[in-house]
Amino acid sequence: MPRTLTINGQEVSAGNEQTILEAARDANIRIPTLCHLDGLTDVGACRMCLVEVVGSNKLLPACTTRVQEGMEVHTDTERLRAYRRQIIELLFAERNHVCAVCVANGHCELQNLGIAVGMDHVRYDYLFPRLGVDLSHERFGMDHNRCILCTRCVRACDQLEGAHTIDVLGRGARSLIVRDMNVPWGESTTCTSCGKCVMACPTGALFKQGSTVAEMVHDVEKLAFLRAARERKVWNV
Amino acid sequence: MTNTLTPPGRPVGDGAVAVKPDDRLAADKRYKIIEATMRRYGYQGHGLIEALHSAQEAFGYLDDFTLKYITRALRLPPSKVFGVATFYNHFTLKPQGVHTCVVCLGTACYIKGAREVLSAIESGHGVKAGGTTADNQLSLLTARCFGSCALAPVITFDGETIGKVAPQTVAGQIAQRLATSALR
Amino acid sequence: MNLEELNATATNERLAQAKKNHHLHVCVGTACQALNSEQIAKALQTALRQQGRNGEAEVKCVGCPGLCSLGPLVEVASRVNGGPTQPANESPADANHRTAVLYQFVKPEDAEEIIAHLGGEPVKRLETPLDQPFFTRQTKVVLENCGKVDPERIEDYIAVGGYQALLKVLTEMTPQQVIDEITRSGLRGRGGAGFPTGLKWGTVAKADPNRYPTNVPEGIQSRKFVICNGDEGDPGAFMDRSVMEGDPHRILEGMAIAAYAVGANHGFIYVRAEYPLAVKRLRTAIRQAQRAGLLGNAIGGTAFSFNVEIRLGAGAFVCGEETALMASIEGGRGTPRPRPPFPAESGLWGCPTLINNVETLANVPPIILKGAEWFAGIGTEKSKGTKVFALTGQVKNTGLIEVPMGISLREIVFDIGGGIPDGKEFKAVQTGGPSGGCIPAQFLDMPVDYESLAKVGSIMGSGGMIVMDDSTDMIEVARFFMEFCMDESCGKCIPCRAGTVQMHRILTKIQEGKATTRDLQILEGLCDLVKHTSLCGLGQSAPNPVISTLRYFRDEYLSKVKPG
Repeated sequence: MPRTLTINGQEVSAGNEQTILEAARDANIRIPTLCHLDGLTDVGACRMCLVEVVGSNKLLPACTTRVQEGMEVHTDTERLRAYRRQIIELLFAERNHVCAVCVANGHCELQNLGIAVGMDHVRYDYLFPRLGVDLSHERFGMDHNRCILCTRCVRACDQLEGAHTIDVLGRGARSLIVRDMNVPWGESTTCTSCGKCVMACPTGALFKQGSTVAEMVHDVEKLAFLRAARERKVWNV
Repeated sequence: MTNTLTPPGRPVGDGAVAVKPDDRLAADKRYKIIEATMRRYGYQGHGLIEALHSAQEAFGYLDDFTLKYITRALRLPPSKVFGVATFYNHFTLKPQGVHTCVVCLGTACYIKGAREVLSAIESGHGVKAGGTTADNQLSLLTARCFGSCALAPVITFDGETIGKVAPQTVAGQIAQRLATSALR
Repeated sequence: MNLEELNATATNERLAQAKKNHHLHVCVGTACQALNSEQIAKALQTALRQQGRNGEAEVKCVGCPGLCSLGPLVEVASRVNGGPTQPANESPADANHRTAVLYQFVKPEDAEEIIAHLGGEPVKRLETPLDQPFFTRQTKVVLENCGKVDPERIEDYIAVGGYQALLKVLTEMTPQQVIDEITRSGLRGRGGAGFPTGLKWGTVAKADPNRYPTNVPEGIQSRKFVICNGDEGDPGAFMDRSVMEGDPHRILEGMAIAAYAVGANHGFIYVRAEYPLAVKRLRTAIRQAQRAGLLGNAIGGTAFSFNVEIRLGAGAFVCGEETALMASIEGGRGTPRPRPPFPAESGLWGCPTLINNVETLANVPPIILKGAEWFAGIGTEKSKGTKVFALTGQVKNTGLIEVPMGISLREIVFDIGGGIPDGKEFKAVQTGGPSGGCIPAQFLDMPVDYESLAKVGSIMGSGGMIVMDDSTDMIEVARFFMEFCMDESCGKCIPCRAGTVQMHRILTKIQEGKATTRDLQILEGLCDLVKHTSLCGLGQSAPNPVISTLRYFRDEYLSKVKPG
């Protein structure tokens, strides 16, 4: 039973199980996201996709909110733009994101959003935490300095590969992505070296070893493809 | 890659003989307590936190071996167990000292000078919050509220609540308790 | 047991207690226990034996009577010679054929003297008046049994009418009738949000258990769940602890009634690990209730079954948030989920789940027995009933109080609380813990209810009420709460995880005299961001102490920042 709603004044038709994000995409309306990845469940964590819904005094995350008949959604107000800019600035200040020397320079979702929100400076104090780099795996590397804790890698490993090698240590700003019981990646006994976590990562935190500056391109579409292929049982072999 | 979920026998730090994992499980009766807890929840994943509580209570902390034992028994991914164990304040992965003193830093205690109490213990016993004294006798921790606010400021010593402490006398009160237990 | 057996048990217990002329109530809450109250109880029993007065007096260990700053407390309830036989657990101050004496700062050495004075003049040096404002201005509903019943004896609870409400509900009311009664009473969630309880119950009752995918573990037989939130993480709050320690059966009864109303057969009490005594008392209570047939299968001989188990928290304030709490029960990290869907529709393991605070559930049995109209007669138009507060900080009488909604702050702080000690002046009172705000002196005459507190920039919260005098540095208070939120943030969402760190940094800079007016602007911008974009209540309310101190104590901030 399709639903009709308006997004930014435009009338949009959506399926009744669709989220605002999906409905907007179908109507070619772009809402910024970071922790969302096609093929993985949504967690509503980054807060970049928050939208204003008339009648609700709370901002709602487009990625997890299902459409309702007659909803009136605004995705690009001045207030939302200001919030998105602040969130991106908080991320840049939180860890060490130095594009000029990063493998993902030019192919980074965080960088793209930085440009999209018009970030020309960061108003917050840079925290410069001293975080590690794990190169113990023969093919892949993890640089915690570039991690934004979006947990796309956690979900990819859990939902698409089924290994659940990756989880989060601690909580709050002290959180860290870990494998098994916080062992070096190369010593993980559950990792299958499938590389899905590397595909899923939006920044230069996860990368293929041997990539130099600006060479790391994440193949995110492959994950959506794998999920769709499994669900629809495309291969008859 | 060999499956090393079962930790191979390796030398333990204090020079004891390396034991095979099953030997340690059989030799240390405390594992039976943890086993009983897990059995109560049908060895299902939702019993993880209760199992960790049993282990924390039995051993005073969660070491690698015990975590792996729980991981195997509950058939959970190791990273998940580790993520849960490190999320909660109550669980500690480091061995504690013989005695533990916890200083409450809740609002009522804070207003009544808990920070000064903590400093007094730190300087009086040469230990920082979160750490253990060099002779391993005392571990100093902080907590956010025990709910005994009318006795602010509050500390606990080996689980015993001591209320209305003062920075001038608290280090001495602890020293007294340490000395008394050493005599036993 | 059925109603007939319940009544018989109650009568027998009352008769047994009425045989004694004197009852000595010794508080064994955590705080008084820390001051040796268990030794006091033993010493009193020994003295009774030695003075040969065992036949006429009895020592009972009870929960918190409230006036914690004067603890350990011992209350002696005596029947005047020749008075009629009456139930032993009536409030002594009410019945005029009974007298009561309250002793403060009792030590085990005082036992002999107290026993020797039974039936005669009280021991003057220990006595504290029962007719002081601390007691007379309170209205006890939730705490009515604390300090009167022995929390480790179900018979004592039954003697004061315990489990009558549950059996009445099971034999005389339909689930919808129960929901209607709670709705009409106007009861609102006491955990802090103040959501109408009847509405929540109704939503869970109506929820379709097949609507969302579920994965209930093997061995648990229920399609819906009731959870009692005993995580009381607000520093400075100990209301729920006192009810769990002092009157655990009341909570079980409230949960069972709720379960019947919403169609659940399994319940959890989530208790924080820092409350070992509460856990112990609840475990005992569950065992006793099961043995008595008042919990478990076929309660009271009816077709209704309800099993309760305890789950321990592990030191995470965020697990007081509903969805984080459920994640914890499911065995995972306590990270909240976006809502909708709400727990009432998809909660524990995907099933419709009712989560209520300890105090909310403790209000349920009296509402059933005395009626919705009685409850609605207490309090204000939109905030019905009473509220339990933990009154602490710089005030003379610190402890646990229960007052009708609408009472003024002034009455709480100066009459019940006894005012500010050491000749200092009142500066502010903080309500709602790290999620609340500071209320300055200009609002002392405001009524304490949900709406009024929100209007002045604070919240009711769970009941922590911290009084501050003129020596308190308000920015330090804000910084303290921000440090707490920063440490307790789960880390899932960026505004809370990164925003609290930056806000704490600026507050520290201010205290160190290194901040500029620009830092203040950035701080205010962060307050706005974190409040409106965080995923859960922890982040959304983390800026409240900063916002409220900026609003009422701005001059303190301005005096510490440099232009720039």
